[in-house]
Amino acid sequence: MPEDAADRTGLDGILEALTGRFPGAVLAGAFERNELSVRLAKESLASVLRFLKDEAGFNALEDIAVFDNLGAAGGDGRFTVVYRLCRFPGALRLRLAADVAEGASLPSAVPVYRSADWAAREAFDMFGVLFDGHPDLRRIYMPDDFEGHPLRKDFPLAGRNGGA
Amino acid sequence: MELREYDLNMGPQHPSTHGVLRLKLAVDNEVVLGVEPVLGYLHRGMEKLWESLTYHQVVPLTDRLDYLASLSNNLGYCLTVEKLAGIEVPGRARYIRVVLAELQRLASHLAWVGFMANDIGAMSVLLYAFEAREDVLDIFEEYCGARLTLHGIRIGGAVRDLDAPLVARIRAVLGKVPDRLDDVRALLDENRIWKERTVGVGRLSGADAVAHGLTGPALRASGVPWDMRKDIPYSSYDDFDFEVPLGANGDVYDRYLVRLGEIGQSIRIVRQALDGLPDGEFAAKVPRVLKIAPGEAFHTIEAPKGVLGFTVRSNGTDKPERVKMRSPSFINLQALDAMCRGYMFSDVIGILGSLDIVLGEIDK
Repeated sequence: MPEDAADRTGLDGILEALTGRFPGAVLAGAFERNELSVRLAKESLASVLRFLKDEAGFNALEDIAVFDNLGAAGGDGRFTVVYRLCRFPGALRLRLAADVAEGASLPSAVPVYRSADWAAREAFDMFGVLFDGHPDLRRIYMPDDFEGHPLRKDFPLAGRNGGA
Repeated sequence: MELREYDLNMGPQHPSTHGVLRLKLAVDNEVVLGVEPVLGYLHRGMEKLWESLTYHQVVPLTDRLDYLASLSNNLGYCLTVEKLAGIEVPGRARYIRVVLAELQRLASHLAWVGFMANDIGAMSVLLYAFEAREDVLDIFEEYCGARLTLHGIRIGGAVRDLDAPLVARIRAVLGKVPDRLDDVRALLDENRIWKERTVGVGRLSGADAVAHGLTGPALRASGVPWDMRKDIPYSSYDDFDFEVPLGANGDVYDRYLVRLGEIGQSIRIVRQALDGLPDGEFAAKVPRVLKIAPGEAFHTIEAPKGVLGFTVRSNGTDKPERVKMRSPSFINLQALDAMCRGYMFSDVIGILGSLDIVLGEIDK
C-alpha cells in the first residue's frame, strides 16, 4: 500500500488516494493553475499530513499562509489556512486549505513537519489562529505583551487609539 | 570540570548577527546546548502595508526585504502577480530578468563570502570580494540608478532595455570576477585557520535539512539537489546550460564551496543569456491600473538565500487582498538550533554566517 501511493507520479493519484483513504475529510479537490488544491475539514488535517508525508512522499512543507475572510459571504470559517507541500525529486506541489473560525484551533503540523514551527507562530501572531499540539505557540514578531493580531482585516490601520 | 549551564544573550546589537537578531543561547561552559533566535526587531509590517498599495506600488517595497538581493525579490513578486493576472512576459524581458537575477546572485554571494570571512577573522577577504561586488553594483547603477534597494524588474518585464554599451560593460565585469574569485579562494580554500573554523562545523544531514525546511545553498551543501531554476524552471531558465553545485558533508566549509561554485555558474548563465538575447520588447504592456479578478497564485524562485515564494490573493480591485511571502532566510534560520547543538560557543558565529540570512526578509 505505501509503495502504491508513493509510486504514483501524477497529482491525480494523490487526490484519489486522499478521497479513498479519508472519506469525508476532502471537501473539494481541483486543479487550479496546474496545481492540485484540496480543501479539507480541519479535524482531519493531522492524519492527512501524516499520510502525505509518510506514504505519498511529500517530504517538505514549504509554507503556511493565512487569509482573513472577514465579510466574505458564505464562508463558515473566518480564516483560511493554506499549507503548501512539496515532493522532491519530482517537484510535485500540493495546496491544502482548511477553514477555521475565530478563536478555534487547528491540529498542529509540527509533529509531522518540523519546518511548520515558525510559520505557525507567525500565523498565530498575525491572525490569532491557534494550533493544537504546537510545542511553543508564542508570538514571533510582535512583543509578547502586544494586544491584537495586526494582519486581521479589522485591525485598525491608524493604531488602536486613532494614531494618537 | 564543574558542570555549569547558563543562558547567554547575543544581540540584538552584535556585529556578527547581520542585522538586529537576538540569540538566546543555552551553554554548558563553552558547549552550546541550544539556540533560540528572537525575531521582530526589524518588523515593518510589510505584508499589512502591501494590502493598501496597488500591485505596481508593492514592487519597490520588495527591494527592502532581502536588501542584498533586491532584484530577486522584485522578480519573485512580479512573477506571482503575472501568474495571477495571466500576463505574458516577452522573451527579451525574460532574458534580461535572468541576467539581472544572476548578477544579483553573484553580488549577494560575493558579499556573503566577504562578511563570512570577516566574521571568522580573515579581514582581507572582504576587500577582494567587495572589489568584484563593486563592479556588479556599478552595472546596476547604470541600469537603474541605484546600488542598494535597487528596482530593476516591474510587472510585465524590466524597467529598461539592455543596450549594447551596457551589455559590453557586463561582459567586461564578468571577465574580471573570476580573477577576484581566485584571490578569495587562494586566501581561504587551504587556509588552516579557515578550515579549522569551518570543516566539520555546523553539520546537518540531507534528511535533517529537508525536515527543517532548509532551502538554497545551505540545503545543497548537505547534498540535496533542489534548485527552482532546474526543478521548477521560470523565466526561461530551462534555456540555459548550467550545473547545480552540491556539497557532501553539510558543514560550513561545504556551504562556502557551494556558494563559490554558484558564482561560477551564474557567470555561465549570464553569458548565455547575453549571447542569446532575443529581439523584442523589454516589457509587456501592462495597464497602469491593474485590476485582477479574484483568485490566488503561488510562485517560487531560487533567490540567493533559498526558495523565495509569494502567495498573492486578488479581490477584483487594483490592490491585493493579501500578499504572503515565504522568506527563505526566515525558514532557514529555524535550522540554526539543530546546527549549533554540541558545537562550541565560538562556532555559533560561523554557523550563523554560513546560513546567509538577511534580517530584512526575516522580519518583513
